[in-house]
Amino acid sequence: MTMRPDPTFHASPKLAMEAPAENFAYTLLLSPDFSKPDALAVIDVKPGSPTYSQIVHTVTMPNKGDEFHHFGWNACSSALSPLAGHAFVERRYLVIPGLRSSRIYIIDTKPDPTKAKIHKIIEPEEVFSKTGYSRPHTIHCGPGGIYVSTLGGGGKDGTNGPPGVFVMDCETFEVLGRWEIDRGPQTRHYDFWWNLPRDYMVTSEWALPPQFENGIVPEDLLANKYGHHLHFWDLSARRNVQTIDLGANHQMALEVRPAHDPVREYGFVGVVVDTTNLEASIWTWWREGGKFHAEKTATIPPEPAPKEQLPPLLQGFGAVPPLVTDIDLSMDDRFLYVSCWGTGEMRQYDVTDPRKPKLAGSVHIGGIARRTPHPNGKAFAAGPQMVEISRDGKRVYWTNSLYSTWDDQFYPGGVPGVEVMANAGLNGGLELDKNYFVSFPDGYRAHQIRLEGGDCSTDSFCYPSA
Amino acid sequence: MLDGLLLLSVGLDWGRAGPALGWLWLALVASGLYHGLNPAMGWPLAVSAGLMDKSPRALFRALWALAAGHLLATLLVLLPFAFLLVLAEWQRSIQISASLVVIGFGVYRLIERGHPRMLARIPPTQLALWSFAVAIAHGAALMLVPIYLGLCRAFELDAGHEAAGALMSANLGMAMLVSLVHVAAMISGGGLLAWLVYRYLGLRFVSRSWFNLDAIWATSLILVGIVALGFNLASG
Repeated sequence: MTMRPDPTFHASPKLAMEAPAENFAYTLLLSPDFSKPDALAVIDVKPGSPTYSQIVHTVTMPNKGDEFHHFGWNACSSALSPLAGHAFVERRYLVIPGLRSSRIYIIDTKPDPTKAKIHKIIEPEEVFSKTGYSRPHTIHCGPGGIYVSTLGGGGKDGTNGPPGVFVMDCETFEVLGRWEIDRGPQTRHYDFWWNLPRDYMVTSEWALPPQFENGIVPEDLLANKYGHHLHFWDLSARRNVQTIDLGANHQMALEVRPAHDPVREYGFVGVVVDTTNLEASIWTWWREGGKFHAEKTATIPPEPAPKEQLPPLLQGFGAVPPLVTDIDLSMDDRFLYVSCWGTGEMRQYDVTDPRKPKLAGSVHIGGIARRTPHPNGKAFAAGPQMVEISRDGKRVYWTNSLYSTWDDQFYPGGVPGVEVMANAGLNGGLELDKNYFVSFPDGYRAHQIRLEGGDCSTDSFCYPSA
Repeated sequence: MLDGLLLLSVGLDWGRAGPALGWLWLALVASGLYHGLNPAMGWPLAVSAGLMDKSPRALFRALWALAAGHLLATLLVLLPFAFLLVLAEWQRSIQISASLVVIGFGVYRLIERGHPRMLARIPPTQLALWSFAVAIAHGAALMLVPIYLGLCRAFELDAGHEAAGALMSANLGMAMLVSLVHVAAMISGGGLLAWLVYRYLGLRFVSRSWFNLDAIWATSLILVGIVALGFNLASG
C-alpha cells in the first residue's frame, strides 16, 4: 500500500506516451525440451549504456517443464480507474504463468530490475482446485485484481469443462476464483482484453490442450476444428453478451488488441490461417448501436516455395503460410504491428481508419523459405513472433519462438532464442536497429517481452487522450 | 479530520446551544467538502464522463448521479436515528452507542484496508448506485451521525420538550436538512475540482492529486466518534 499512485500509472494513453522511456526489457525464456528450468531475462535497453542490448540479470526458476509463454504486471494504469478508487498499488510484480505446468511465479522487480527475484510461487493444485481451469496464459491488471485467461479446463488433458478467466488478488496473489457467471457458447480460449469505462471484454480462441500441447494437429486444422470465434462480454456483469463466428475456415483467432483510447470502441484480432487458401488475416471489430461487429480488413497471402525449402508439415502445399501469430497496437492507436512468423516479416499497418488498414512499413527477417538474416549479418531463426512496442511508439521489439512443439514442426532446424528491435518512423516506416540484437543462452527460446514502466499490450486506461 | 477538529471545539462550547449550533453546521459543511474532494468519492468519474462524451453536460450529469447516491446513503443511515431519538429517555445511550459504532467502524477501516470487491461489480453506467455503495462502504454517511445527533440535541435544547410526534417530524426534518447541506457541500467541492481538472488542470492532475486517504479517513471517523463520546459522557 502506497501513499501516492505509482508514477508509471497514467490516466490516459497520451500521458503514458509522454512518460520517460523504458530502461529494461523483461523477456521470458523457455527450455523447449524441458531439460532446464525456464527463466526471466532482464535486458538493458537504455541507449548509451555500456551493457546496452545485453542480459544484465536472469531469474531462473526452481522447476522444469513450466513452458513460459505470456506474462504481465500485477498493476498498471487501470488502477487509476475512478470506479475502483484503489490507486495505491505498485507496478512491481511480474506474474508469470507456466502454460504447460499451470504453476504461476510472482517475480519482485524492486528495488531494482537487476535484482529481480522470486516473491511467491502458486502451485498448479491451487489453480486447479480454486478455479477448475488449467494452463494459465494471458495476464491483465484490471478492476478488482489480476485477470488470467486459461487454455484448459479440468482433468489431466484439460478438456474436462471449458477454459476461462480467473481473478487473483493484485497484492496477496491469492487465487480468488472464476470470473465468468455466464459464458454462453464459449468453449475455447486464448487472449482477452477490454474497454474499462465502456465495460466490455473481448476474448478469442486458439485451441484445446490436446490440439496444441504435442504440436499442431494437421487433421484438426484441415477439419477447421481450431478456434474461430470472438466473444464479447459485459465486464462488470461477467456475462457473454455476443459471440461472432469469423467463419470456420478462419482458424485460430489469437491476440485481441482494443484501441487504448477508451473513447474508441474498436479493436483488432489476428487470424493465423485461412484453411481455404493459407492466407492470414487481420480483423477489425467494433461496437455500434449496442452491438458488436467484425470484418476482415486486411489479408496477407502465402508465398510459394519449393518443396525442399519446406518442413514436412508444409510440403504438400508448396507454399509458406504467413502465420500471423501476434499483433500489437501502438499507444496512439495509429499503427498495428503484425508478426508473420511463417514468411518472416514484421508488417506495420496504419490503422488511423481502423476498418481500412494501410501497409505503412515492413521488414523481412528470418522466415521458413526466405531466411533473411539480420542487417548486422547474424542469422535469425524462425520468424518475428511476440512483438512489443515502446509506449512512445518509437521502438518495436520482438522475439522468435511461438511454442515449443510448434517451433519444431515449422522450423525443424531449431529456434535459438533471439530478440531484435526496429525503429519506427514518426509517420510510418520500420527499420531494424543494427545495434540491438540479443542472443539468449544455448538451449533457450524467447517468448513474450514486457517493458519497464508499461508497454502497449499491458496498460488499459479509464480516461481518453483528448 | 477537519470535521473532527471542528467538533472538538464544539464540545468545548456545548453548554450554550447557540454558538455550538454554528460550529456543528460548519462541521457539517466541512465534512461535505472533505468527502467531495476525496477522489474515492467519485469526482474523477465526473471528469472521465465529461471527457468520454466530450461534453461538459456529461460531467454535470455524472455529478448529479454522484450527489443522488451520496444523499440516499446519508439519509438511509440517519433515518433510523431520527426514529430512535423519539425514545427521549434513551437519548444519551443512543448517542453513546452511535459514537462507539463510528469509532468501531473507524478502527475497522484502519485495520482492514482492502477495498470491497463488490464495488467492481457495479457497471460504470450506474453512477448513483456506485456513489451510494461507496458512501456506505467507506462509512461516509456514518461520519455524519454524531454531527446529526449533536444538532438534534442542540435543536431540542432550544425547543424544549415536545410531544413524540412533533419530535419525530422535527428529527426527520433535521435528518433531511443535514443530508442536504452535507451533500450540497460535497458536490460543490468535488464538482469544482472535477470542473477545474476537466477544463484547466488536465488529466495529469488526477494521478498527481490522488493521495492515499485511507488512514486519514479512518482516523477521521475515530476522532468524530471520540469527540462526540467525550461530549456525551461529560454532559451526562
